[in-house]
Amino acid sequence: MRTGVFVCWCGLNIGGVVDVPRVVQEISGYPGVARAVDYRYMCSDPGQQLIKDTIREERLDSVVIAACSPGMHEATFQTVAESGGVNPYRCEIANIREQCSWPHQNEPGKATRKAVELIRAAVEKVRGDEALSALSIPVTRRALVIGAGIAGMQAALDIAEAGHEVVLVERLPHIGGHMAQLSETFPTLDCSQCILTPKTSEVGRHPRIRLVTNSEVESVSGYVGNFTVRIRRRATYVNWDLCTGCGLCTEKCPSKTPSAFERGLAKEPAVTIAFPQAVPHKPVIRAEACRHLTSGKCGVCEKACPVGAIDFEQQDLLLEEKVGAIVVATGYDLHPKAKVGEYGYGVYPDVIDGLEFERLNSASGPTQGEIRRPSDGKVPKEVVFIQCVGSRDQENGYPYCSKICCMYTAKHARLYKHKVPDGQPYVFYMDIRAGGKGYEEFVQEATDEGVLYLRGRVARVFQDGDRLVVFGVDTLSGKKVEIHADMVVLATAIVPASGAKELARTLKLATDRYGFFSEAHPKLRPVESLTRGIYIAGCAQAPKDIPDTVTQAGSAAAKVLALFSAERLSHSPTVAAVDEELCSGCGVCVEACAYDARTLDVRRRVAVVNDVLCEGCGTCAVACPNGATRQKNMARSQVLSMIDAVVG
Amino acid sequence: MGYSYFPGCTLRAKARGFESSALASARVLGIHLEELANWQCCGATFPLQVDNSFPLVSPARTLASARRMGERLVTLCSACYNVLKRTNHVMRTDADRRDKVNAFIEEDYRGDLEVVHFLEVLRDDLGFDALARSVKVPLSGLAAAPYYGCLLLRPADELAFDDPEAPHILEDFLSALGCRVVDHPYKIECCGSYVALEPGELASGPSRMVVESARARGARVIVTSCPLCQYNLDVSQQGAHGRNGAGVPVIYFTQLLAIALGLPEDVLGFEGHVISPGPLLRSIGAMGSEATA
Amino acid sequence: MVSSENRRKLLDISGEDVTSCYQCGKCSAGCAMAAMMDLLPHQVIRLVQLGQVEEALASRTIWLCASCLACSARCPRGVSLPNVMESLRVTLLRLGGRHLDPVRLPADVLENAPEQALVAGLRKYT
Repeated sequence: MRTGVFVCWCGLNIGGVVDVPRVVQEISGYPGVARAVDYRYMCSDPGQQLIKDTIREERLDSVVIAACSPGMHEATFQTVAESGGVNPYRCEIANIREQCSWPHQNEPGKATRKAVELIRAAVEKVRGDEALSALSIPVTRRALVIGAGIAGMQAALDIAEAGHEVVLVERLPHIGGHMAQLSETFPTLDCSQCILTPKTSEVGRHPRIRLVTNSEVESVSGYVGNFTVRIRRRATYVNWDLCTGCGLCTEKCPSKTPSAFERGLAKEPAVTIAFPQAVPHKPVIRAEACRHLTSGKCGVCEKACPVGAIDFEQQDLLLEEKVGAIVVATGYDLHPKAKVGEYGYGVYPDVIDGLEFERLNSASGPTQGEIRRPSDGKVPKEVVFIQCVGSRDQENGYPYCSKICCMYTAKHARLYKHKVPDGQPYVFYMDIRAGGKGYEEFVQEATDEGVLYLRGRVARVFQDGDRLVVFGVDTLSGKKVEIHADMVVLATAIVPASGAKELARTLKLATDRYGFFSEAHPKLRPVESLTRGIYIAGCAQAPKDIPDTVTQAGSAAAKVLALFSAERLSHSPTVAAVDEELCSGCGVCVEACAYDARTLDVRRRVAVVNDVLCEGCGTCAVACPNGATRQKNMARSQVLSMIDAVVG
Repeated sequence: MGYSYFPGCTLRAKARGFESSALASARVLGIHLEELANWQCCGATFPLQVDNSFPLVSPARTLASARRMGERLVTLCSACYNVLKRTNHVMRTDADRRDKVNAFIEEDYRGDLEVVHFLEVLRDDLGFDALARSVKVPLSGLAAAPYYGCLLLRPADELAFDDPEAPHILEDFLSALGCRVVDHPYKIECCGSYVALEPGELASGPSRMVVESARARGARVIVTSCPLCQYNLDVSQQGAHGRNGAGVPVIYFTQLLAIALGLPEDVLGFEGHVISPGPLLRSIGAMGSEATA
Repeated sequence: MVSSENRRKLLDISGEDVTSCYQCGKCSAGCAMAAMMDLLPHQVIRLVQLGQVEEALASRTIWLCASCLACSARCPRGVSLPNVMESLRVTLLRLGGRHLDPVRLPADVLENAPEQALVAGLRKYT
């Protein structure tokens, strides 16, 4: 064996702690090491050239790079090794930065010794490495997008426009998400529906977008390029193929219950189209509110429908789709009412949240766009807006900033002032976070228009007669403040959409502690999940505004398109393998595998590996009771000699 | 239903009526309260200094001796409840301070006792429905405002007594007695507590806000379980504030309970009120006209 | 003078590290005693953050805090303000000072106030 060892200083990151020349000296005499060299930045072009030259000069058959985490540069150095003529799977990384120089900054002597030991172990491992070649898998060039809010719609349109089919699944009967509920949007104050409907109708009629609404993803199997998705389309009790969307059924329906789209501020019939511009413009019967479906009586809609589209017998439908990539765009909900006891949220009718205010302000909303408070329909003359309700509150909510509330509160206060010129809006804030094009200017205009900003949180809101008493503070003047308001609007925290946790389990995706989907890298891979072929966009990942959401959705689409640009994908060959002579078919490996990569061949009574599903984690190899499963390039003998190299 | 029982110092001095009405009511309701043999003052306020565990000694000693009598210790006074339950929490969760205190009182007490307030006994063990059935003299229509103050509610994670922002145990209790409950926003605001000892009238500001909040909404009586709240709210109505019949008497929940159970007036023990509850209770027929309240 | 040493001394007594406070003022907004205070609770915390303890010690606020815990119950940063107020009181009391002279209490207070008030008051003020 002729191994070359390349020790990186990483400037002072490694070189400032570890005595690199001494490491090189000590490792030079180690069995199998043909040459050991060091360089200030091994990942730089000259560093890479040094590796290639040394491979040629010393006729190396394997290399060990002692540098940073393989998460950073393994791919770089594998490529360098390959272009120098060494099989890329005979290139090993000894992590002497994250696992040595950084944690042992105060003990340079010990760190140097540890670096030598880590490199020796890597030399031992590379000694046993086989030359492997990457696996190749086919790609189904068809995408699934989950969630048809602005994020999902944008991703679907971008993928479809590039020529690929998209299955767009939406839980609600209609598309558009929360943006369909908004009245105007910041910082331009253009009408939300006006900029949204071109998108919804484009999605609705796009030849390459298959819209599946009133539906949820039930299971996902397979792997990048080859997912099989089962979707449950819940019964709508209306045959949409027959339905013309005339609306007679909704006019006649006698059962009226609070509308979710109107955030409970108005009632809707049990058979309903949520809003006038809804796409698809077809009604659904909400079973829980329908008299016929709950008690067998009524059936008025059935009689009213001129085309016989009402179908009380309709069942859920299970669809199966094959796709190569998935975009998760499930959006957000608002912090639950029950958790804001001190503001009487959910108790006093005139304490409302931001989305409720959007509906009050919307031309198609319950008040036709007039600002009238829910309790008695009066036009409120003093309105208190409270920011950071549940946000930036680790004790009673969430420590994170919900990011959009400063802007939408400024928008609300301004829209209120435009509609009620003699009214007084107050905004309680902690900090104004208005970083964005035109954002700070927008907030400044709010103060110009007479919105009074008070710096501080509110402790309590309670009802006193027909007014709401607000106990606040203005920390700038150092005064406790009491305001008697007609209405209070809470900027409640953005939380992951209900059902996101279950979807994460279905897709085997990681979430953060709040339930937002985790990106592969917070800075450099912000739209990729940790599972290849699954991407995230919009508020499913973290709170964000419409421009950021659209940007991220486009970026997720670009990732999907990059995946679809090749006919086949490569997959790492360092997977599990089975010695069928030793395998007894006990199935322990099948239980141990977290990726569904292990199955039993019942006929031959042996366990098999699905190479492309295998992530090479090694769990099955360890679990196998008789050593039949081994991990390629992580053989038992390799592990034992690595341990010897460290402790020996 | 049997419990060990901690009266506390105030109930043996200025708030005798609180105890006598409670004990008489408990007897009628089949709740057996057995007084601790060797109890001492709880300290009246929970110490908020973590570098000094000495103020925990007295309540811890009480808890340790109560543990020998059973698993549940009942208190009436909000302050005793607060101090004993919080001390118990320290003894249960803070090994360091527990060891210090145990070394001093020569015990090995680990907080394995439950400190319960008498209201919780009525709610959870007897049940407010059963209580309602025991009522002999329904206080129909008596507009009563509950007043929680602080000590029953906070810190909510340790006391776990009721929703700290929207409690309802007193409301449910008053409803069971037949009262008309007067909700008012200041029921969870502080009365000023020991700041009442500060000279001048300033310190009574918070108490006056509480009384006004209840009175403005039609309350004819304010109901509490804390002797210091009772004193502060009552005294705040001295002079102009309580004149011309505008005063609202402040009484203990157990006194209302005893009346509703039809117990003799001598267990009520109304003494030294600035705003006497007598006229009100006589006017609704809850007390006889000869009473000396 | 800004001093972190002073802040640490109080931390030993209160167990509360006030550095996490971000001055939202929710404590002051809900303080029942705020109307009588010369400094609002969040301002006292700010002085402690800066180590300007002398000014906090001279404030009426520390004696007006009734330890009702309305502030800490709602604090988004989990700061137990009443512990900090107590650490300030105790700093003075441990030097031998006392805020209240039991002998000078008015006769009607001594006669009528419940024992609980006297015990609690003397514990907090002497």
